[in-house]
Amino acid sequence: MAIRKVHVLGLVLAAGVIGFLGIPRFRQPMGQPAGQADLDETFSVLPRLSYPQPFVDKPQRTDVLVMSPWLAPIMWEGTFNRDILNAQYRQKSLVVGVATFAIKKYIRFIQGFIGSANKYFLSGHRVNFYLFTDHPEKVPAMELASEKHLFIIPVQNYSRWQDISMNRMDIISNYIRSRWRYEVDYLYSMDIDLQMFEHIGVEIVDTLVGTISSWQYTKPRDSNSYERRPESQAAIPSGEGDFYYAASFNGGSVSEVYKLTTACFKGVTEDRANGIEAKWHEESHLNKYLLYHKPTRLLSPEYYWDEELGQPPIVKVKRLSSVRKNLQEVRY
Amino acid sequence: MNKDQGTRGWVKDCSTRRTLHVMGCTVVLCFSLGYFWSMSNYTWQETPVKIFNTVRKIYSKPQILRPPNRTHLLENLLEIELPRMIYAKPQVLKPPRNDVLMMTPWFAPIVWEGTYNLDILNEQFRQRNVTVGLTVFAIKKYVVFLKTFLETAEMYFMVGHKVNYYIFTDRPQEVPKVELKEGRNVVVLQVQNYSRWQEISMRRMEMINHFSKKQFINEVDYLVCVDVDMRFNDLVGVEILSNLFGTLHPGFYGAERQSFTYERHPASQAYVPHDEGDFYYAGGFFGGTIKEVYKLSKKCHEAIMVDKDKRIEAIWQEESHLNKYFVYHKPTKILSPEYVWDDNMGRPEILRKRRFLAVPKNHAAIRNK
Repeated sequence: MAIRKVHVLGLVLAAGVIGFLGIPRFRQPMGQPAGQADLDETFSVLPRLSYPQPFVDKPQRTDVLVMSPWLAPIMWEGTFNRDILNAQYRQKSLVVGVATFAIKKYIRFIQGFIGSANKYFLSGHRVNFYLFTDHPEKVPAMELASEKHLFIIPVQNYSRWQDISMNRMDIISNYIRSRWRYEVDYLYSMDIDLQMFEHIGVEIVDTLVGTISSWQYTKPRDSNSYERRPESQAAIPSGEGDFYYAASFNGGSVSEVYKLTTACFKGVTEDRANGIEAKWHEESHLNKYLLYHKPTRLLSPEYYWDEELGQPPIVKVKRLSSVRKNLQEVRY
Repeated sequence: MNKDQGTRGWVKDCSTRRTLHVMGCTVVLCFSLGYFWSMSNYTWQETPVKIFNTVRKIYSKPQILRPPNRTHLLENLLEIELPRMIYAKPQVLKPPRNDVLMMTPWFAPIVWEGTYNLDILNEQFRQRNVTVGLTVFAIKKYVVFLKTFLETAEMYFMVGHKVNYYIFTDRPQEVPKVELKEGRNVVVLQVQNYSRWQEISMRRMEMINHFSKKQFINEVDYLVCVDVDMRFNDLVGVEILSNLFGTLHPGFYGAERQSFTYERHPASQAYVPHDEGDFYYAGGFFGGTIKEVYKLSKKCHEAIMVDKDKRIEAIWQEESHLNKYFVYHKPTKILSPEYVWDDNMGRPEILRKRRFLAVPKNHAAIRNK
């Protein structure tokens, strides 16, 4: 009789072990390849929308390039219909994340950034703001719209502002791997010393997105501020380069941003080991990356306009602008 | 079992039994905990602090794993890195063409000659190792078009990439033998014919749908669905590939939406009201990923069958249904009329290339035979 009981309990023990370890794994299989099962999922339809007809022989903007040579759209005012884009976006229930850093004196910009983003950034859609700061207690209280969430993450500072800037890549890559891949679908990295003045909507949401720099969009290739020294990992040989991208605002899908930040930080680390620092720090590495991994969508300088520049006629709207500041005072 | 043995045995049994009971309960408890733990919904560990009506979330150590609806894989990601390439720099203030709309209001590129760099696109697609399927229907006398179609496709279609030609026909023995380049195959699919040419045309949706699920999904990444009574006249390459693409009908690219020949009877599934519609798309050239073409063909075929039940036939058969689909499921790329042209319509300036041309035919002689 004892032997029989032991057998039964042995079975129950085995079942318990299997249940404890095995069930989670069976429930969520990793990386299932697309197959016949995916073909029959339900799909949704756009609602009736009313808007003027687009005409094939009447382009809306002829003064600017609206599409790159690899067929990535460039966002300019007047070229898109946000109603259609919003209707398409809502079909997918997506969450967008924004990573921004307010270290040392840059804390003073938080209110302006978050306050204006709450009003103008993806208005009406879910956004998680991830604010990294070395002084979480100094973050002001702010009222946010119901679909916007603010997460404050304590982080260490560095003595050199260039190091703070470059290490953002590493921090972002780590957070994607450990947490954000479960929380958001798209992720954008933005500087904190910015304010929004006009709507930035779902037109920015795409696989890999870069912003054309407002300082350099008219310059010929060889005058662009790429890193040129071949010793640096960020070097771009002369005769190459599409646009000069601003590091202040870039992003894309979680997996693409993961690849980008990992690759850029690897470049930064290798440069450090060789005792070299790229001309414009992580922006140089970003430019190298986006040259050989073409973005799928580009934002015009409307999406990051440097405050010191005037407003030429091609820039009909200044959506995001840097805040006037004394660089010497705030960085050091 | 005698009494002595039984007594001793019983005493041993007693303590063993208790131990076994304890073990058993512990195991069942562990099992239940494990089961319920894996079944529960997860949430982030948050310490909400309410200050001035704002809930400030301090990101402490997250204890729990994934929320059920979102997980992005970061392992084994496809890495597409372009080699060094030399080409003219794109100029922000100088668009290559200002006579045409290069992009729709929902950011679908409209593909015109001069607006894209084929070397960059070829490199991107080559690294993805894509295979393109080209479907064509040669039913009854339409087999006569196959030779020119295939020979010109060999010269101009997806040059340098892997291609499967899927030839739907009721006369497989009449499919001509055409010499194919490396990486290209002809697959003959025998299907039934119908007596009316309109029926043949509309049943294409059903057949594309059926074979997408059964076969194409395992063999190709993109499907391109075209008419057979055509010939390639210039390069048609990876610039056309996208999740879902349609082609501007050569007769309507300049027209107002009220004059598009959409189906206008509200009773038909293909009905489009007069104040809606972006473009009029040609039924003879559309495509996309297998998934998107499957969805499109399924929707169109079902709509055709619903109409059939009510004894309605849309004015331009499956082309009407295709156009209805594209109003409410916007294509992600649109091909200019360079990609479907008839030389009878002349050579307007806007058309810098004529890539895919109608082959002259005697409609009366070839249809319904």
